[in-house]
Amino acid sequence: MLSLSRKDLISLVIFAAVVVAMPLWLAPFGAAYPGLMQKFAIAAIFAIGFNILFGLTGYLSFGHAAFLGVGSYTTVWTFKLLGMEILPAIIFAIIVAGLFSLIIGYFSLRRTGIYFSILTLAFAQMSYSLAYSVLTPITNGETGLLLARGDPRVLDMAFGNQVDGAGLPFPTLFGMELGGYGGFYLCAVVLILSFFISQKIFASPFGMALRSIKSNQMRMSYTGFDIKPYLLTAFVISGMFAGLAGALMSVTDPLAGAERMKWTESGNVVLMTILGGVGTLFGPVIGAWLIEYFENIFSAINYNMLNGFFGFLPDGVRDVAVTVSSKFVGEGWHLTLGLLFVVVVVFLPGGVMEGVRRLSAYFKDRTGRTPEPVTKASAAE
Amino acid sequence: MNVFLTQLLNGLDKGGAYALIALGLTLVFGTLGVVNFAHGALFMLGCFCAVAFRYLLTIETVTIDPEQLSPWGAPLEVKTPVIQAWLGDFGAVLVDYSVPISILLAVPLMLLIGIAMERGLIKHFYKRTHAEQILVTFGLAIVLAEIVKTFFGPNPIPQPIPTALRGAADVGSWLGFAPHAITYPWWRLIYLMFSGVVIAGVFAFLQFTTYGMVVRAGMADREAVSILGINIDRRFTVVFGLAAVVAGVAGVMYTPLLAPNYMLGMDFLVLSFVVVVVGGMGSLGGAVAAGFLLGILQSFASMNEVRAIFPGIDQVIIYLVAVVILLVRPRGLMGRRGVMEG
Amino acid sequence: METKDNVVLHVADVHKRFGGLHALADIDLQIEEGKTHAIIGPNGAGKSTLLNVIIGRLAPTSGAVVFDGTVLTGKKPHEINQLGVARVFQTPEIFADLSVLQNVMTPAFARRDGAFRINMFRSTDNETEIREEAEAILEDVGLIERRGVNSGALSRGDKRRLELAMCLIQKPRLLLLDEPTAGMSRHDTNTTIELLKKIKARGMTKVIIEHDMHVVFSLADRMSVLAGGRIIAEGLPSEIKGDPRVQEAYLGGAYT
Repeated sequence: MLSLSRKDLISLVIFAAVVVAMPLWLAPFGAAYPGLMQKFAIAAIFAIGFNILFGLTGYLSFGHAAFLGVGSYTTVWTFKLLGMEILPAIIFAIIVAGLFSLIIGYFSLRRTGIYFSILTLAFAQMSYSLAYSVLTPITNGETGLLLARGDPRVLDMAFGNQVDGAGLPFPTLFGMELGGYGGFYLCAVVLILSFFISQKIFASPFGMALRSIKSNQMRMSYTGFDIKPYLLTAFVISGMFAGLAGALMSVTDPLAGAERMKWTESGNVVLMTILGGVGTLFGPVIGAWLIEYFENIFSAINYNMLNGFFGFLPDGVRDVAVTVSSKFVGEGWHLTLGLLFVVVVVFLPGGVMEGVRRLSAYFKDRTGRTPEPVTKASAAE
Repeated sequence: MNVFLTQLLNGLDKGGAYALIALGLTLVFGTLGVVNFAHGALFMLGCFCAVAFRYLLTIETVTIDPEQLSPWGAPLEVKTPVIQAWLGDFGAVLVDYSVPISILLAVPLMLLIGIAMERGLIKHFYKRTHAEQILVTFGLAIVLAEIVKTFFGPNPIPQPIPTALRGAADVGSWLGFAPHAITYPWWRLIYLMFSGVVIAGVFAFLQFTTYGMVVRAGMADREAVSILGINIDRRFTVVFGLAAVVAGVAGVMYTPLLAPNYMLGMDFLVLSFVVVVVGGMGSLGGAVAAGFLLGILQSFASMNEVRAIFPGIDQVIIYLVAVVILLVRPRGLMGRRGVMEG
Repeated sequence: METKDNVVLHVADVHKRFGGLHALADIDLQIEEGKTHAIIGPNGAGKSTLLNVIIGRLAPTSGAVVFDGTVLTGKKPHEINQLGVARVFQTPEIFADLSVLQNVMTPAFARRDGAFRINMFRSTDNETEIREEAEAILEDVGLIERRGVNSGALSRGDKRRLELAMCLIQKPRLLLLDEPTAGMSRHDTNTTIELLKKIKARGMTKVIIEHDMHVVFSLADRMSVLAGGRIIAEGLPSEIKGDPRVQEAYLGGAYT
């Protein structure tokens, strides 16, 4: 059940190494903060789950942020009612997001194409608006759902885990507080696990059925497959991933707000997946990291940093360089992101992973010309 | 009855804006097969045509008038718009009517922008997947919004209604109600009529010109038309330009009702997609009907009486209606089979 | 009407109207186990309508289709397939984004696991049995060399062969073929005939709709002639060949 093909196993090992080593290789990019790396990991989990629906079945949901939000709210509520232990909170979040996506998916999947997209968008936007208005008792409206010292925390109280001092309680994993790198490594482990699950699904007959549905629905039903439950399962799985991502957001920072359910969040995960490469294993992760990097690092670059960066240039040239490049960073990071989208789609149809694939095909082609037996012989020695 | 009519009127002008945006969006969908996420940005660009035009008109010269003194005793600085200095009273009228007049600027400009967008970028994406179309047009929308932001800043820039049109029309008395029972701001009335004229114009264009006939044929069956040897690509460019113009002028006229900022396009984008899909893919009439329907329903849902019964209904009404319509009618109000269903 | 003992498919008194058009009238067909039954007829005779009624794509206005004691009318396509009915379409319907081998493996999963199974922790790579079976069938249809190719890149003739393989791996009790050689070259047609003969030897019941008389007379055990939505003749190929009504309605006296 846990076996992987050789190729997938290698991918998984490489992926795990890359994720665990994030603090090392992100340092030169100025992004090696645990808080930021957590965001990277969480966005990647969200995108991996989204890709199971969009990448495999081709159904483009524009409402997955709703499940992200539900995951967050559930997590904070579990903290408030049961206690600060992380695992139950995450499990509840996944279950509730799964149920929520079951309902929305059941109705939305009665339609295909853009009609499906708009149905998911409409459901999510309704959830978002209601979280702000009518559901304020559950969501605490615009303020967002926060922990309070007076929360019941039944389990914590039963085990005598009182809050000491004046502050709010911290989430704990088996009794240990997670701060800084602890939070990042929790997210990293969950990310690697998510990647593994996505690998399993991709390589399974179930995954093949989903891909066949994307390819030819009519053939699929004349081949004896009941399409609806397949689609609904994929929808719920991706909804549960979104719930998991939402839970991790609240685990690393115990609050939940309605803005997590807004369509821009749904749009974000769509863009991440397409940017990286729809239907590929690594694509969504790469897309998620790229977008998060721009959002968090590019937006933080300011004049002084640019001046320092271009310090080696003569004054006049430096001023020009700083003025021009300042349009693309800081407040202007959106511009760079927009241009990135355009450039990627124009030059790399199929996303970043398509570029990687072409590159590796190119190199294979070149190395393929070296006589094969020689390498084999040398390997045998 | 009065309340009903008032809300109906309030919904109509918003519905007009939705309908105009949705019309262009669905034209591009139907003929070009492109999911254009930059369409909201075109509306936003239209708004900023009005803003830019007003900027140009109100460039001022400062003269020092030694005869007049300011309250502090210094010679008074008199600021006169250049246009007024040149053209006298006519200049003042121009400034006053800057919004409607800027349509004259917006039409050619939006046409150019539309054609440039289509030729430069969109045309390469006809045969690509919808996902890629979304990514590239969304990227374009962001770039356009950011460019506008660099020029006009992040804050909304309100545009004035021409002085003569600032009051409200006593619509009630026209319909035989008591005077002042139902009043409706002139500008909203103008917007409503304007959108009606533009919609009629687009339909007439499609109905009565050869261009329009080819476009309609292309919407019905693209392959067939291209087999006939008609240079469909050039017509598509024109369609895209037309959609840009419609979105643009819709934006121009909307500026007095909603002060535009660079993010406006994104807000309208989502709504107009809902409108188009509720109307039904590939149906122009459906888009217009859905635009007005949703505008009116939104207006009714924001009534206090309604909100008292269904709290929060004003926030979700559009999406609720969209869900109900799409669940009851598989292809929206008037959608055609097989368009964007795959 | 009584269903005879060894009849697998019984199309019983089927009528199909489209508005005023009587597309099928009074169709009664009994297809025996293991036989190849050809349905021929001029264009517009209602052949495709009949096939669509059998497969559940169209509901008959009246009458019923009974397969092995089960009424097919009103069932969904996947339910009909799960009962053991497979169909080859006139224009090949394959999974164009998947490899040739995957195209053939997918239907095998439907046969083994039923209409729906969440087997997301199984690995397709470990399904040796099904892969070997798929490869054997690809060998039969002559596509084994191309198993790794993306099936969208196949020629039209190869796509048809692939679709046939996709149906064969399900070991259906009844195989419906809608003009399996339409648009094929003579050589491809002959290969397909050989292939279909090979399946016949395996005892699979087949219903073939076909234009090409060469194909029909090489394969059919029995024939029905459809004209104007009615069956005007039924019998052995030799009988049909000599039937003057058929010659008038369809063959126009040219095929003798």
